[in-house]
Amino acid sequence: MAALESPQPAATATAMRHAFGNVLSVLILVLIGVLAFSIRLFSVIKYESVIHEFDPYFNYRVTQFLSKNGIYEFWNWFDDRTWYPLGRVIGGTVYPGLTLTAGTIWWVLNSLNIPLSVETVCVFTAPVFSAFASWATYLLTKEVKGSGAGLAAAVLLAMVPSYISRSVAGSYDNEAVAIFALIFTFYLYIKTLNTGSLFYATLNALAYFYMVCSWGGYTFIINLIPMHVLLCIVTGRYSPRLYIAYAPLVVLGTLLAALVPVVGFNAVLTSEHFASFLVFIIIHVVALVYYIKGILTPKMFKVAVTLVVSIGMVVCFIVVAILVALVASSPTGGWSGRSLSLLDPTYASKYIPIIASVSEHQPPTWPSYFMDINVLAFLVPAGIIACFSPLSDSSSFVVLYIVMSVYFSGVMVRLMLVLAPAACIMSGIALSQAFDVFTGSIKYQLGGSSKSTDDAEDTSNAPKDDASAGKTDKGEEIVKERSSKKGKKKEREPADKPSVKSKAKKKALVLPLETSVVALLLLIMLGAFYVIHCVWAAAEAYSAPSIVLTSQSRDGLHVFDDFRESYAWLSHNTDVDDKVASWWDYGYQTTAMANRTVIVDNNTWNNTHIATVGTAMSSPEKAAWEIFNSLDVKYVLVVFGGLIGYPSDDINKFLWMVRIGGGVFPHIKEADYLRDGQYRIDSEATPTMLNCLMYKLSYYRFVETDGKAYDRVRRTEIGKKHFKLTHFEEVFTSHHWMVRIYKLKPAKNRIRGRAKKLKSKTTSSGWSSKSAKKNPWV
Amino acid sequence: MVKSTTKDAQDLFHSLRSAYVATPTNLKIIDLYVCFAVFTALIQVAYMALVGSFPFNSFLSGVLSCIGTAVLAVCLRIQVNKENKEFKDLAPERAFADFVLCNLVLHLVIINFLG
Repeated sequence: MAALESPQPAATATAMRHAFGNVLSVLILVLIGVLAFSIRLFSVIKYESVIHEFDPYFNYRVTQFLSKNGIYEFWNWFDDRTWYPLGRVIGGTVYPGLTLTAGTIWWVLNSLNIPLSVETVCVFTAPVFSAFASWATYLLTKEVKGSGAGLAAAVLLAMVPSYISRSVAGSYDNEAVAIFALIFTFYLYIKTLNTGSLFYATLNALAYFYMVCSWGGYTFIINLIPMHVLLCIVTGRYSPRLYIAYAPLVVLGTLLAALVPVVGFNAVLTSEHFASFLVFIIIHVVALVYYIKGILTPKMFKVAVTLVVSIGMVVCFIVVAILVALVASSPTGGWSGRSLSLLDPTYASKYIPIIASVSEHQPPTWPSYFMDINVLAFLVPAGIIACFSPLSDSSSFVVLYIVMSVYFSGVMVRLMLVLAPAACIMSGIALSQAFDVFTGSIKYQLGGSSKSTDDAEDTSNAPKDDASAGKTDKGEEIVKERSSKKGKKKEREPADKPSVKSKAKKKALVLPLETSVVALLLLIMLGAFYVIHCVWAAAEAYSAPSIVLTSQSRDGLHVFDDFRESYAWLSHNTDVDDKVASWWDYGYQTTAMANRTVIVDNNTWNNTHIATVGTAMSSPEKAAWEIFNSLDVKYVLVVFGGLIGYPSDDINKFLWMVRIGGGVFPHIKEADYLRDGQYRIDSEATPTMLNCLMYKLSYYRFVETDGKAYDRVRRTEIGKKHFKLTHFEEVFTSHHWMVRIYKLKPAKNRIRGRAKKLKSKTTSSGWSSKSAKKNPWV
Repeated sequence: MVKSTTKDAQDLFHSLRSAYVATPTNLKIIDLYVCFAVFTALIQVAYMALVGSFPFNSFLSGVLSCIGTAVLAVCLRIQVNKENKEFKDLAPERAFADFVLCNLVLHLVIINFLG
């Protein structure tokens, strides 16, 4: 850092300061890792070490299989206990990164004779990788702006609620490792860009491979990096380092992506990857142009340009025409459904109701931005401005990253997660610059005029920084870390001074002492508010395992453990080969905890199969029995929240069942279930609604609870209170009536004369089939 | 018009040639290697056009190995070229070692993907 020769004692003093700074940085990073790990442990403390939600149960089941049977069985696994009778090729349809990571950790620990169970490893994988992700953020921001900004960004990422929501202890989902892989890949890309070393380019490709293994969001990387390369070329920042950073990544990255079975040949055939190939060609053209420009005289170069442009345009035109024809021949233009719904947010609701029905795929509301990234939401613009002075390749990259992630987070709430690291990086940069200015001002004011004003380069953004920082309450980490960081920065400044003194002194911005002190205190207070909010969000909002519910009442804490109660009942009281039908939300949990074969599950890969189950739930009892019988179903499971007021039950989801079923079987019409466009289940409900299977299975014998059959979720008494089930029998209802399991009654052996005539009358109105074995698909 | 264009083309060709002759021998060897790799890739594409693209993974791995090693050789050339100011403190041995490492990773992946 001190570029000039200094006398001997000053050199050792500088070396001592550097050493002290490095040790302090390492200590702070260790503390950040511990912080990131511990803030995610609330659910383990409040509830227990259990896997949350729905998707993690599938990942847990796959990890169990991997740990029991080994990796070859895992690659070749065909799962016949789900999507009956179709089955599912697990090896080819799952992103293996998460399960392989957890499996490796389990195997390593067990071979060291630390006997952790697979469940414990799965539960704690996410907090461990969030600590790694904070360290990766430190490395990335250090490459962009320096280690002070790096530490600030790392601490912000350790606590940001948006990331906590998907990586609590127990949330064993792809994003737990994918966010770490994302940030690490970006760090290696920036490092390659800054150093031009092919070694880092190789590491970059390997990190990208890990990202492809982990999450479908890898397409974000393979589109963002080409966009950045294009941006650099267009703004005249092409350099050989850019070529080294990008070209090997494309070739090696495409190959590595094609290695993962889930992606396979999609790595070269789908539109999500075309941007990288296009920019690959463009960068080669640009590199060639620069090379020829270097070896020719300017006059000859002009001649070359005119000659080449005329020929090149023709060739380009032909190639582009072929490409457009190829892409237009596929109905979606080569994009997958999920990617298309990202580009055109209205696409899913028009064409693919399943994608539209997932609550995570809805656009976020404005308050959710403040809930999820809190004070970072208004530190980000300050960071963007700080990135522009000076603008380097790496800072243009993070600006592009934040802009793209803000757009995508506006489309889908789930992608707020991709915004979080970008927001933390930007805010870390902004905070670090603000602190630089304030502490520099204090030092200048206290030290007198002999010390030159350093930070000459970042004073242009200083007024905007402290104007915005001072007025609104902003800040960041814990006081202890902040003061030690301030101390480290103070020690770096004297080293800056000799080099600055030798340049022509720029009139630097120095604030009055009182302003700086007050602004620093306000920033600390802002940091305190951020920490309080993050801890509150982690403890109250994002730590619910959703398989166990609690509620506070006057007589203490109520625990609703109905889900596990019913899965345990299923696993103890049914045969191993019995098939259970339910809505697709509960498929993963049923296979993992109850160990029974299900018809549809959360993977939702087969819309027709889900539509079949949806049609069955929307049909009258007899038709539903026919459908379920044809699928060999023995038990039907419904979730009902009317007794305790649990709002995410099947009756609230019922309209989606109707829509999805109606999308494939046209005799199910949504209008039949609505009275005047309103969805109701009380006495004003339509007869179709009151006769459908979902209504009957949810409200059977409900009137026995309080005599009036008052549904606490819909806040009304139900329409049909006293009825009997003809084709199903109730076998289990959980303690709070949340889960109800019914068994299909076997078909009657004899049909009496009068019933035969009635039977033929009902068949002619419903299913058109003459044979005794009814085929519901006609 | 055509005559001046052909004359321009000839002038261009001559000046390109004379400028290229001046490059050092080690860079010319790397350029030859790049041309060989690209030529091999083109032959593979022509073969695929004749015979059909099954098995696709073998075709992909063959073509991408050629293109990959060409790209890596270009990176090596960039790093070893004495006229590049940005890389003047990078030892050519280090550049070559990086080149070998990256090629190793590339061909490991190729062998795995070849099928």
